[in-house]
Amino acid sequence: MLRYTLKRLAVGVLTLAALATITFFLMKIIPGSPFGGELAQLSPEVREMLYAQYNLDKSIPEQFFIYIRNAITGDFGESMTRKGTAVATIISRCLPATMKLGFAAFVTAIVVGVLLGVIAAFTKQRWVENLVMFFATIGVSVPSFLYAIMLMIVFGVVLGWLPIIGLKTPLHYIMPAFSLALYPISMITRLVRSSMKEVMKQDYIVLAKSKGTPTGRIILGHALKNCLIPVVTYAGPLLAFLITGSFVIENLFSIPGIGSEFVNSVTNRDYTMIMALTILFGSFIIVVNILTDMLVAFIDPRVKLDKKSA
Amino acid sequence: MEQIQNIEGLQLTPDLFEPLSEAEKNSEFIAAAPRTYLSDAWHRFKENKLALCGLVFLLIMVVMAIVVPMLSPYSYEQMDYGAINLLPCTEHPMGTDKFGRDIFVRVMYGARISLLIGFSSAFICLVIGVVYGGFSGYIGGKVDMVLMRIVDILYAIPNLLIVILIMLVFGSNVGSIMIGICLTSWIGMARLVRAQVMSLKEQEFALAAYVLGASTPRILFKHLIINCMGSIIVNVTLLVPSAIFTEAFLSFVGIGISAPAASWGTLANEARTLIESSNPIQIIWPILAICLTMLSLNFIGDGVSDAFDPKKK
Repeated sequence: MLRYTLKRLAVGVLTLAALATITFFLMKIIPGSPFGGELAQLSPEVREMLYAQYNLDKSIPEQFFIYIRNAITGDFGESMTRKGTAVATIISRCLPATMKLGFAAFVTAIVVGVLLGVIAAFTKQRWVENLVMFFATIGVSVPSFLYAIMLMIVFGVVLGWLPIIGLKTPLHYIMPAFSLALYPISMITRLVRSSMKEVMKQDYIVLAKSKGTPTGRIILGHALKNCLIPVVTYAGPLLAFLITGSFVIENLFSIPGIGSEFVNSVTNRDYTMIMALTILFGSFIIVVNILTDMLVAFIDPRVKLDKKSA
Repeated sequence: MEQIQNIEGLQLTPDLFEPLSEAEKNSEFIAAAPRTYLSDAWHRFKENKLALCGLVFLLIMVVMAIVVPMLSPYSYEQMDYGAINLLPCTEHPMGTDKFGRDIFVRVMYGARISLLIGFSSAFICLVIGVVYGGFSGYIGGKVDMVLMRIVDILYAIPNLLIVILIMLVFGSNVGSIMIGICLTSWIGMARLVRAQVMSLKEQEFALAAYVLGASTPRILFKHLIINCMGSIIVNVTLLVPSAIFTEAFLSFVGIGISAPAASWGTLANEARTLIESSNPIQIIWPILAICLTMLSLNFIGDGVSDAFDPKKK
């Protein structure tokens, strides 16, 4: 287990290095510069100073090596569009809001999704199952920005129950978290239902039934654990996706989060911000993938981690 | 035994040897023509009414997307300041927007872009994913190791980053959105095909083909890939809606298809500013178009996956 984890981490670091390299050179191909419009008004001397300050006067490979050297020591430079502010400061200011929101959405998605999936798989009423599955299909058919708009119109504008803008109180979390969670809820409901139906046909469930085990214990003690594997493999990347923020939702609800920061930094050619955020997102995804694989092995002892090529 | 012993006592009368009547002869006749794997799946698909409705709706949408912009007297960018923010009427079935452009034509033009992006990027991902995953799984060993590490790296890049970078480099048009979507979406397909090929290549029929001297591409494509066609098709039915989603999302944010061209995402974005204004009904049409198309694509996807895997229900 330890050997496997170390191996995966080593591969992860290599992946991260490759990711940083690709992004750095791809980023430099984009036409335009972070100083955009204001550049024309600057005198040549000031422009040179500005370029020298961010090492933009050097060749691109040289810039790359300087960046990597600094990044390894934990120095991600300062933002190019907001001069004098370190990238790390901006990230640490935006990340908590996004992570809290993402985590709220994640927990909602797992709890509601598993619950609905179990209900759909076990209900005796055919119409309950059809109703749940109908909403689950609608859930995967509507883009999240449309839920967000509809929620805003209904609960924010017409009924006036929930605040629309910002993340000040727990009440503010409800709408953005729900708009983020509706798609995953529907996905998880579908996954749980189909894998639950599969599991319920297995011999050990039939045995448990014939021994007179109450249904509740069959679901919780025998079936649920075995149908969780597809959910876990889906939930891992989902967590990475949610806590790195959704630009649309943050934009619509005016939340100053990391997702909108990312899109803005790309459109503004803020090179240092792009690099730092890419490395941050990349590491999230890599760590979450490793954790997911370990969790699957923990739930299902038949999965052998060391045998799989890491 | 007893029957054989009694054979001498058998009473053989001529009426025991009369030919069968025509009706009796045909009692074990199999009426239906033998079915291939695909036609079998199609017959199961047809049983699913929702999926069939989805397919019909999608076909109507495709035909309308092609025909309406060609036949309509209005073009998607033609402005008419004499007819701004009209409600639906006989000349403009869905009304007009704030520049007097016909929304019906714009929604259908959006359907062209969205469906084009959805289907063609799914097709490109299919080709790349199948070839890459197939070779990686079939050759195995060091080659597989290297190819899969490349996939892992690509997987770790946030796909929004790739799409945005590509769009900034190549400009915001349909082509660059497609490249951006394809660069990230083929990975799932490649992984799926690789896993399937790896388990299939151990089976006897693959060995038999090898012993008979079939070439590597022939074994791979004629024997192995054909046998995992079911899960490949199911995966394609998931790729189409996800590509349409990505495009709608980008255009909604304002970095996708740029004005005056329109996709459903652009239209929803334009209409968003109008929610509290004079004519909020404008936002309904692109939303309706997206939702119904996605719904029918999902119904088709469910139908297809049930059709190829009848055990799973």
